[in-house]
Amino acid sequence: MRSPRVRPLQGLGHGWRVARALFTSQYALMLEYRAEILLWALAGLVPFVMLAVWIESPAGAALGMGPTQLARYFLAAFVVRQFTVAWVLAVFEEDALQGRLSPMLLQPLHPFWRYLASHGAEQAIRLPIVAMIAALFFLALPWAFWLPTPQRALLTLAATFLAFVLNFLIQCTMACLCFWSDRVNALERLIYIPMLFLSGLAAPLEAYPPALRRLAEWTPFPLMVHFPAQLLSGGEVRISSGFTALALWITGLLLLVSVLWRAGVRRYGAMGA
Amino acid sequence: MAPSFSANAIIRADGLSKTYRVAAKDPGFAGTLRHFVQRRYNDVAAVRDVSFQIHPGEMVGFLGPNGAGKTTTLKMLTGLIHPSAGQALVAGCTPHRRQAHFLRRITLVMGQKQQLLWDLPALDSLRVNAAVYGIDEAESRQRIHDLAEMLELGEELRRPLRKLSLGQRMKAELLAALLHRPEVLFLDEPTLGLDVNAQARVRSFLADYNQRFGATVLLTSHYMADITALCPRVLLIHEGRLFHDGSLEALTQRLAPCREVRLELAEPWPLEALRSYGEVESCEGRVVRLLIRRDALTAAVSRLLAELPVRDLEVRDPPIEELIGRLFVQGALP
Repeated sequence: MRSPRVRPLQGLGHGWRVARALFTSQYALMLEYRAEILLWALAGLVPFVMLAVWIESPAGAALGMGPTQLARYFLAAFVVRQFTVAWVLAVFEEDALQGRLSPMLLQPLHPFWRYLASHGAEQAIRLPIVAMIAALFFLALPWAFWLPTPQRALLTLAATFLAFVLNFLIQCTMACLCFWSDRVNALERLIYIPMLFLSGLAAPLEAYPPALRRLAEWTPFPLMVHFPAQLLSGGEVRISSGFTALALWITGLLLLVSVLWRAGVRRYGAMGA
Repeated sequence: MAPSFSANAIIRADGLSKTYRVAAKDPGFAGTLRHFVQRRYNDVAAVRDVSFQIHPGEMVGFLGPNGAGKTTTLKMLTGLIHPSAGQALVAGCTPHRRQAHFLRRITLVMGQKQQLLWDLPALDSLRVNAAVYGIDEAESRQRIHDLAEMLELGEELRRPLRKLSLGQRMKAELLAALLHRPEVLFLDEPTLGLDVNAQARVRSFLADYNQRFGATVLLTSHYMADITALCPRVLLIHEGRLFHDGSLEALTQRLAPCREVRLELAEPWPLEALRSYGEVESCEGRVVRLLIRRDALTAAVSRLLAELPVRDLEVRDPPIEELIGRLFVQGALP
């Protein structure tokens, strides 16, 4: 039998080629679903609703954030949220139940890389939609316009990327539980409310009582929106502790996902396949 | 009894067993409540102590009714599920470890499942597969061209998968599954749902692929035509146990100790007289079908030709699917 001519799987060249092929195919796929992605992006307008509430409310003044800073914060929260959304759990659960996971497990590539590429492609489709919504925002509220400093812009990019990785890994952790239960998707609904309030999406964390704020800081939620949004909007933020917390959470979750995955695939029954 | 394994076997199943734990619920409201309060589980043995070996280049048919344990065995041999007991060794590797070098040497095609992206042309998915398996671009183009030619695929590869017919989709799936040129092919119902022509094309492709690349094939199919055309050797599994490992002919002999003799006589003959030659399966005017034991066949045919006004005589085995079907319906194996 003729031996297949394969390159070693290690090496940056191979990794780059796989990443490029996955990204371009997923981008083509996401383009097919562009209308759906537009609707998802529009469904993420919660921060603007909250902005309207806070600007009109006397409590807004008590925050120590004027209308300009509030507007910038909520726009930044919207932008950050758009690029940190992860939906691994829903897709993985369906793939596992429908038997689509099996062909993925038979290829020398961890299935999570495919989901990561899907998210990257989806974010690339979201980019012009988010830019358009931001432009409309500034047209409506020209007094809120600002440009972050180059340093803040770079830090925001890094923090948003790490916040996405954090969110992605939380979803992967829950997805691994699909090996034990068929309806893990319910967990997402369980964490939706704490995520909405403790991440800073509904209100800046500065609005909360000190005890609740301290509690929030022990969770990963503020790192998902509040930390990058404060960086982008020019608000007060502890940069080094934010990045340290991100690094710790990501490392811990990577280990947890790895352990759960190994234990989970042992239980996999390849149902429906 | 476990076979003595030879050193060059490419697939080895040694006492493979798989037991699933399945929740058992009684029907009705009371059953639902009981199930909620105290869940009961039953152990269901899907595969029991199955042993066999397959050598490089062999094409082996894997037969059995629904739920016999065929797919579970394939899943264990590809590493998708862990065996409850026993050991599997495929291409020198333990499948459930799913090491990259093992995965690059095997493929599993499931007739009902797809790996290609539904909304994109197959070529997009093939490009991803080529990258994942580390096949360089020129080589992957050449392989796609060669396999597409063997499968009679052309422009179809540029159309979104959802726009293709079932047969075209199956061929594209086969192309994707074989792009990395695996040495061991596990095919689970690769012709399921295809029309007769498409089935024949897939069969001819598989035979051609086996010839050209010396690949080992373990094939399950409900269509006996697939098995008879491709597999000199068959494994028959029933209720999780291996019932037969050998040629299709040997299986036929085992399942049907009689052969069928079809006679066309010059004139109708009395039924009583016909019964002296063997069991009369049917008698419609001048056409008679007799079942005669294999050990008595030569003598019986000589007598028939000497004693009856025979115009035409044909000796054949009962159709294998009929035999196996009858066997499975009866539920008891000899």
